[in-house]
Amino acid sequence: MQEGRVLPPEQINKDLLNSIMSTPKWYWPAVGICSLIVLIAATIVGYMINKGLGITGLNRPVMWGFFITNFVFWIGISHAGVMLSAILRLAKAEWRRPASRAAEVLTIFSLMTAMTMPIIHTGRPWRSLYWFFPYDFARGIFPNIRSPLVWDPSAILTYLTSSVLFVFIALIPDFAILRDNTTGLRKKIYTALSMGWQGNARQWKLQIVAGILLSALILPVFVSVHSIVSWDFGMAVSVKAWHSTVFAPYFVVGAVHSGVSAVIFVLILLRQAYGWQDYIRREHVEALCRLLIVVSTGWFYYFCMEIIFGIYGREADEVAIRTLQFTLYPWNWIMIIFIVTTYFLPILLWSRKVWRRNLLIVSIACISVNIGMWLERYILFVPGQINKQLFTFTWANYTPTIFEGIIVLGTFALVTLLLLLFSKVMPLIPLYDIKEGDILKTEVQIGRRTVPATFRED
Amino acid sequence: MAIKSVLGLFQDANQAADAGDAVKETGLTENDIDFLTDCPYPEGAFGEREEHIKLFLFPFIGGILGFFGGIMVTSMTQMAYPLITGGKPILSLPPMAVVMYEGTMLGAILFTVLGVLFESRLPHKMTEAYDERVSQGLIGVLVRAEEGKEQEINDVLSKAGAVDTKIA
Repeated sequence: MQEGRVLPPEQINKDLLNSIMSTPKWYWPAVGICSLIVLIAATIVGYMINKGLGITGLNRPVMWGFFITNFVFWIGISHAGVMLSAILRLAKAEWRRPASRAAEVLTIFSLMTAMTMPIIHTGRPWRSLYWFFPYDFARGIFPNIRSPLVWDPSAILTYLTSSVLFVFIALIPDFAILRDNTTGLRKKIYTALSMGWQGNARQWKLQIVAGILLSALILPVFVSVHSIVSWDFGMAVSVKAWHSTVFAPYFVVGAVHSGVSAVIFVLILLRQAYGWQDYIRREHVEALCRLLIVVSTGWFYYFCMEIIFGIYGREADEVAIRTLQFTLYPWNWIMIIFIVTTYFLPILLWSRKVWRRNLLIVSIACISVNIGMWLERYILFVPGQINKQLFTFTWANYTPTIFEGIIVLGTFALVTLLLLLFSKVMPLIPLYDIKEGDILKTEVQIGRRTVPATFRED
Repeated sequence: MAIKSVLGLFQDANQAADAGDAVKETGLTENDIDFLTDCPYPEGAFGEREEHIKLFLFPFIGGILGFFGGIMVTSMTQMAYPLITGGKPILSLPPMAVVMYEGTMLGAILFTVLGVLFESRLPHKMTEAYDERVSQGLIGVLVRAEEGKEQEINDVLSKAGAVDTKIA
């Protein structure tokens, strides 16, 4: 990148390990607030298990509400890690370096959080085991492999395991740096985690090859996960308006849109909180915003296709659901807010270079995208169930309760808490990656200009 | 005869590469020398030996095992509880393919990670000479030599401009 300055390795260690070596004043209050919210949400989950799903707004025919919306939202956020880390690594994009670890870690924590949602949603979480574990826990009944609700856990568990291993392999050299820079119990722990890493040429070669190989292997998993999540809906025979053939790519692109926006916001917070101005630079934020313009426009295309496919056939149920989404209160307002916050507002805010480099404006755009993407899932799932269908004789609207709201809020606090705790024990920016970038950086004279250049190996 | 390790710490890559050449002149081969750094350098930057790795084999083995694991989980589960749904066969390939695909990818990724650890010789007990300043940007030239020759190597490294040396 153009604006970075080459820093000595000791300085890089000092700067990027400051989240571990020192504790800023805001850290423990932030951990405390997040823990409190998580605790309240966990208490409500306990209360719900005791009293039953009746304390939520879920009722026939709307059985998938806030929890499933939130599940899909967090699965979407988890797509940022692979998008940024794997694709940009394979494309040898230099500007990926400071963003890769934060994106991968956000992937792990958002996936873990997403997985809690369907389990909470079942009302009796211990019974979830019957549903996807290939073992007859009761009465000789095995899971039904033909159900997308069995494919989903298999895809998510594969993605989570892969992401954890991907992060772990990349963390080994950083564990070694921590081993060399700590004392006492912490040194012992980092010594065990670094497994005797020396940093010889063979180990580095394997680290580089592993990064490329794992990126290439995780990419198909990344595509499959949100495709399979979309099939949870697309293959539900009973609900109209969930059968669009563009659901899989629509979900995947939407996930990248919300996930990368979330990563940008996290990076801006990290930059401000830990003073990492030399590492997470405005040019990185700008590059990510430019990427998002393309991604969000791709997403908007699929959104339009989904609507057009729905109404072009003029099936009565499809038209009824679109009418509900676009013309009836409160869905019409939710639809307007969703379209504006997901596409038009962020695109406007990313349209000018000066705005793309303004961290406040970019933060607003990224939060806006995520508000919109949460609403997108909500408006996609709930109206389809509200619509009157044949052979369903119980009718009710869906009004989420305060309990569902707090549990959803709790998931946001949980991801924040996990990120905060991670930042206290492991570096959120890969030190060796930054140092490698500095080593490969040079300046070349072209005519009368000296321009930055980067050496790149094949 | 016991093997001793000697570590020389250098400020820059050129000095470290020259030190490696000087060590080779004492009769040792490139297999006896390792260059320790805190980040990856371009291959051959220190004139080090070419590393041959077989990492690409691991995901294939893992993928095959994962694929058959996926077949077993899906087919055995269906046969254990043969419930016909939607008139579809008990062993219906399209839904099985999803789990088989995930099994294949999971196997490939698990084995790749195992392969990285195996090929990197990790976990590894650090008995050889090491200095924490390697993680501060100094380049370590680690030489393995037979006992009795360590002082000679130490002198060679010092003469080549090492800021510090260690013998273990």
